[in-house]
Amino acid sequence: MIAIVDYRAGNLTSVARALQSLKVPCVITDRADELLRADRVIFPGVGAAGEAMRNLRGSGLDACIREIAKSGKPLLGICLGTQVIFEYSEEDNRTTCLGIIPGGVKRFPEGLKERGDPLKIPHMGWNRVQFRGNHPLFEGIPGNAEFYFVHSYYPAPSSGSSIVGETEYGIRFASAVSRKSLVAVQFHPEKSGRFGLRILDNFSRWDGNYAQ
Amino acid sequence: MLSKRIIPCLDVRDGRLTKGIKFKGNIDIGDPVEVARSYYEQGADEIVFYDITASSEGRDIMIDVVKRVAETIFIPFSVGGGIRTLEDMRKVILAGAEKVSVNSGAVENPKIISEGAVAFGCQCVVLGMDVKKVGKSAKIPSGYEIVIQGGRKYMGIDALWWAREAENLGAGEICLNSIDADGTQEGYELELTHLITTNVKIPVIASGGAGRKEDLLDVLTTAKADAALIASIVHYGTYTIAEVKEYLSGNGVKVREVW
Repeated sequence: MIAIVDYRAGNLTSVARALQSLKVPCVITDRADELLRADRVIFPGVGAAGEAMRNLRGSGLDACIREIAKSGKPLLGICLGTQVIFEYSEEDNRTTCLGIIPGGVKRFPEGLKERGDPLKIPHMGWNRVQFRGNHPLFEGIPGNAEFYFVHSYYPAPSSGSSIVGETEYGIRFASAVSRKSLVAVQFHPEKSGRFGLRILDNFSRWDGNYAQ
Repeated sequence: MLSKRIIPCLDVRDGRLTKGIKFKGNIDIGDPVEVARSYYEQGADEIVFYDITASSEGRDIMIDVVKRVAETIFIPFSVGGGIRTLEDMRKVILAGAEKVSVNSGAVENPKIISEGAVAFGCQCVVLGMDVKKVGKSAKIPSGYEIVIQGGRKYMGIDALWWAREAENLGAGEICLNSIDADGTQEGYELELTHLITTNVKIPVIASGGAGRKEDLLDVLTTAKADAALIASIVHYGTYTIAEVKEYLSGNGVKVREVW
């Protein structure tokens, strides 16, 4: 059973629907006991970091997510879920986050250009992810596959060793990071077609081990 | 590097497509869910549904369509048409749409953009703009005016001003439809598209006028649109989405090539 963390950060049903299409049993829950009991946990989210952290602290789920990350249980962060796993986010006048992965989340700088044209913010649409290493979550994904992104802030881990995927948007940023049994992606696998579903399918069978 | 998005648009009335879609074999398909699945499998980057239903019963049918689409395709899709209240937006988003598009509802009540952005996030709120070329004047300095009711009613609002205003209010994207080009299949309104997309920071989807592959190339390169809406060019089997993308890619446009 996969538990999807409900902390009132956007519509979580799209992740559930994607898992259902793969015939993977899942439950959306805000209960710590249910999250701790699940075989795997997905930590999604859409919205702003400040509000997300207020909801997590208010419900006590912040401690629960930290415990899951330590426990060796496979944990997948998606988009805002990924961002709040870092120590801080520049969003909402600098928000202190969960601190599971060292580093912060930064706003795309103004004036970024590609081929001479100014880049739009948010970074919205399909982009490539250059996967590093051979993490089991990205098994079977071709190098030219693209994933759906929508975000104005990007993960900036303090150590390059946690980076398992990188994406170019004016700058090169970490679009997938990992630490022990945690993998966190900036893009939306549940909205990224067949290759996104493949990542969720890989996650549903992953035992949490990754020999770097 | 971000790909330019190719987005088929489907018009729905009372839960059925307003015109049947003819794929290979010339079989008429009227079910929006089945057609959405087909475009998803053919490599559409996103799908836009435009609900032209007038009755409230028909609107409930649309919510059911949205739910079934959300169980079937795993790419973003948006729903627009007749969205006037926060509650209209909420229904569509809870049913599984990634984005909701407001058009005349936002012209009449601009606050719906900011309220929607706060409630669901900017990325959910698309401003649909119907625009006509009217010539430059003191009131319409860009020479492009906002119209509603399919182009019948002029609103006295400058299109460039409105695009910037909507961005400030929190719209996450603009779907820019030229009423002059719409339905002509003679190409997008390049001047208008370039004007809007280079003057806002949010992405702009160009809409109206696609008839040939070259039209998409023009609007995505010369006019710098971030995405192109297409209808007839794929609905009637002139090209597949893959053929359109192969052509664009061959001409140096970055598009998503595997799916």
